[in-house]
Amino acid sequence: MPSLALDHLVQPDRVHRSVYTDQDLFDLEMEHIFETIWVYCGHESQVPKAGDYHTLQIGRQPMVMVRDKEGAVHVLYNRCPHRGVQLCGNQSGNTGHGFVCSYHAWSFHLNGQIRAIPLMNAYDGTKLSADNPDCSMKRAARVDNYRGFVFASLSPTGPSLSEFLGEAKVAFDDMCDRSPAGEVEAVRVCHRVMQRSNWKFFMENQLDALHPSVTHQSTGVPARRVEQRVKSEKGSAPLFFHYLSTFASSFDQWDQVQTVNFPHGHGILKAYMGLRPTDPDTVEYEALLKKAYGEQKAEEYLSRSIHHVLVYPYLSVQSPLQQLRCLRPIAPDQTLSEIWHFRLKGAPEAIYRRSLWYFNLVNSPATMINADDLENWTKGQKGLESKGGEWVSFHRHYGTDTERDGVLYSTKGTSEVVMRNQFRAWREYMAPALAQARPGIPPMQAAAAPQAASDAAGSTNALAATATTGA
Amino acid sequence: MSTATVNQILGTGVVIEAIQSMTGAESIAPDHMGRGRMPATGYVPQAAARMDASLQREVETLLFRQAAMLDAKAWGDWIDLFADDGVYWMPSTPDQTDWMAEPSIFAEDKLLMEVRMGRLNHPNAWSQAAAWGTNHLVGNVIVESASADQLEVYARFQMMELRRDVVRHFGGSYRHTLVRQGGAWKIRLQRVDMTNAQALFDYVIQAWV
Repeated sequence: MPSLALDHLVQPDRVHRSVYTDQDLFDLEMEHIFETIWVYCGHESQVPKAGDYHTLQIGRQPMVMVRDKEGAVHVLYNRCPHRGVQLCGNQSGNTGHGFVCSYHAWSFHLNGQIRAIPLMNAYDGTKLSADNPDCSMKRAARVDNYRGFVFASLSPTGPSLSEFLGEAKVAFDDMCDRSPAGEVEAVRVCHRVMQRSNWKFFMENQLDALHPSVTHQSTGVPARRVEQRVKSEKGSAPLFFHYLSTFASSFDQWDQVQTVNFPHGHGILKAYMGLRPTDPDTVEYEALLKKAYGEQKAEEYLSRSIHHVLVYPYLSVQSPLQQLRCLRPIAPDQTLSEIWHFRLKGAPEAIYRRSLWYFNLVNSPATMINADDLENWTKGQKGLESKGGEWVSFHRHYGTDTERDGVLYSTKGTSEVVMRNQFRAWREYMAPALAQARPGIPPMQAAAAPQAASDAAGSTNALAATATTGA
Repeated sequence: MSTATVNQILGTGVVIEAIQSMTGAESIAPDHMGRGRMPATGYVPQAAARMDASLQREVETLLFRQAAMLDAKAWGDWIDLFADDGVYWMPSTPDQTDWMAEPSIFAEDKLLMEVRMGRLNHPNAWSQAAAWGTNHLVGNVIVESASADQLEVYARFQMMELRRDVVRHFGGSYRHTLVRQGGAWKIRLQRVDMTNAQALFDYVIQAWV
C-alpha cells in the first residue's frame, strides 16, 4: 500500500504512479471530485419531449436526466425508493407520463415526486406515508444549464456552475456562437468506447502536443500522401484529408501550437488545422453569421483559436467541429467515453457534413486516430501497475512556465505544463480528503519518502504558491 | 419449533384457481401509460423474381472471397473488389439512409480506404503490433434484384476477432450493390448494418468488417 500523502503523490514535476492505479485513491476521487463537482449530463435537445430521458453516471451514481410536462429538465437518481430497482433500464427513451417500477408498480411523476403506491392501505401505521419525502425519487442536489448543456452536482454546496466552468465556458460559447441561431442540437448517435486506462490518461493526452507525430504517424503519413496526390490531380483536396495529415506534423510545428492552462485544471489546445477555407459553402455560412451577429462579432467568433477545450476532469469539447467527449470513470483502470456530435442550428447542411468527416474519421469506434491512443493508454496503465518505476515524469520545460491571472502558459506547445496544471487542480480537490486519516490510509504526516521529500522540497513550495494564486 | 407445529402450518394453503378479470398489475391505477419502445427496424430482404443458380453461386463466391480477404489481411485485394466510385458504409443505426449525413462507424470511398490500408501497413502503426486476426462467416445470401448490369444482394455475417488474448464477436447484415464492369461484378456500395453498431465498444475496430 503506497503512502497517500499528497505532497508525496503529487510533486511539481512528477507524480506517483498510484494516482492512476490505486483503488482507495479512485474511491476518494469519486467522492471528492466526481460526486461533488458539476458533471455534464447531456444536452437538453437529447430530451426534447415530455417523458424523454437519458441515463448517465455521475461518479458511481446511476442518474437519469428527464424532461417533465412543463418543459423543465430534472436529474434524478435512477432508483426506486421502495426496494432500489432502477426505473430506467435503457440508455435513453421515453417513459411516458411518469416512471413506473417494474418490480411492484410504484409510480412517479416526471420530476421524481411519488405518484402512486399500490395498495397503500397496507402501509397504514408505518413510517411510510405518501408525504414522506423518502417515497419520492431522490434528486441531484443542483441542476443547471449553460447554453443548453445540462450539468448536475450531487453536492448542495460549492461553486456555481458558472464558477466551476470559469474560462472553460468558452467551449460552449464557441460551439453555440458558430450557429447563426446561437444554439446547437445533439445528434442522436452516441458512440461509447471503453478505455482500459485511468481517466487521467485521456485528459492529459488531449493537450499533449508531443504525442501526435509519434502516435499517429501511421495515419498522418498515408493521409498526406493521398491528400497531395488528390491536390496535384484536382487542384484541391477535401478538408478531411487535412484533418488526418496534420497529426503527423513535425515537432517544431507542434511547438508552435499553444496551450492555455486555466485554474481548476481546464485548458485549451489552440487551433492548428486552419478550418476557414474559402469555398462557396463557407462563404454562404460566414455571410449568415455576419447577418446574425454583425461583421465584427462574426469575425470574432470565426477566428477564435481553439482546437479543443478541456473541462477538467472529464470533458473534451472540440467546439469548432462540434464534437464532445465525456468521460465516466468506472474503475482505476477503466473509463467509459461517450462521444457526441452536434449540429449548428441555422447553418448550411454542408457545414455539418464537413465537421461530420472529422467525427467519423477520428471519433467513431472505427477511428483511425484513437486506435493508437487507446493502445498507448492500455499499455500505459499496465506499465504504471508495475513496480518497474514509481514516478510519472512531467519535467518537459519544467521551470519555464509563466503565470498570469492564475493561467499557466508555456512558450512551447509540447510543454508538460498541461499535466502540471491538471495536477494543480487535482491537489486542490484532493487535499481535504487526503488530510483526513482514514482506515487503511496513512495520515499525511506519515508522508513522503525521505528522498522524495528532499529532492522536491523547493519546487513543492513553488507549486503550492501557484495553486494559491490560481485559486 | 416442533415438527408437529411445522406440519400444522404446512397443512393449510390456497390454490389460485384461475385468471380473474384483471391481473394484480391491471388493478393498480394509473400504471399503463404509454412508454416508448425502441422501434422495430429490422430489414427483411426481397427475393429476385427468377434467380439463376449459377448467378447465385457467382455472387456467393464473391462474398465469401471478400470475407476471406479480410481474414487474410489482403487489404489491397479487398479494395480492388470495389468499383472506382465504390463506398464502404457502416451506419450507426439501421434507419440511416445517407452515408454522408449522419454519424457512421465507417464511411469511406476508395481514397479513404487507401488511407486506412496505408495505416494498417505502416511499420509504426502501434496498435497493429498486437497479434490479431478475424474469422468471418457469411451466409443467408439472397439476391434481391438482378439486371444485366446491377445486383442488389443481402447476406448476414458473423465475425470473431482475436486480439492479444481477447475475443470479441460482431455480427450483422451486408447489403451489396454490385455493378458489372469489365466483365466482373464490382462493389458500388457495401452497406454493413452491424448489430453491435451502437453497443459499447471495448477498444475500437481497426479494419473493415
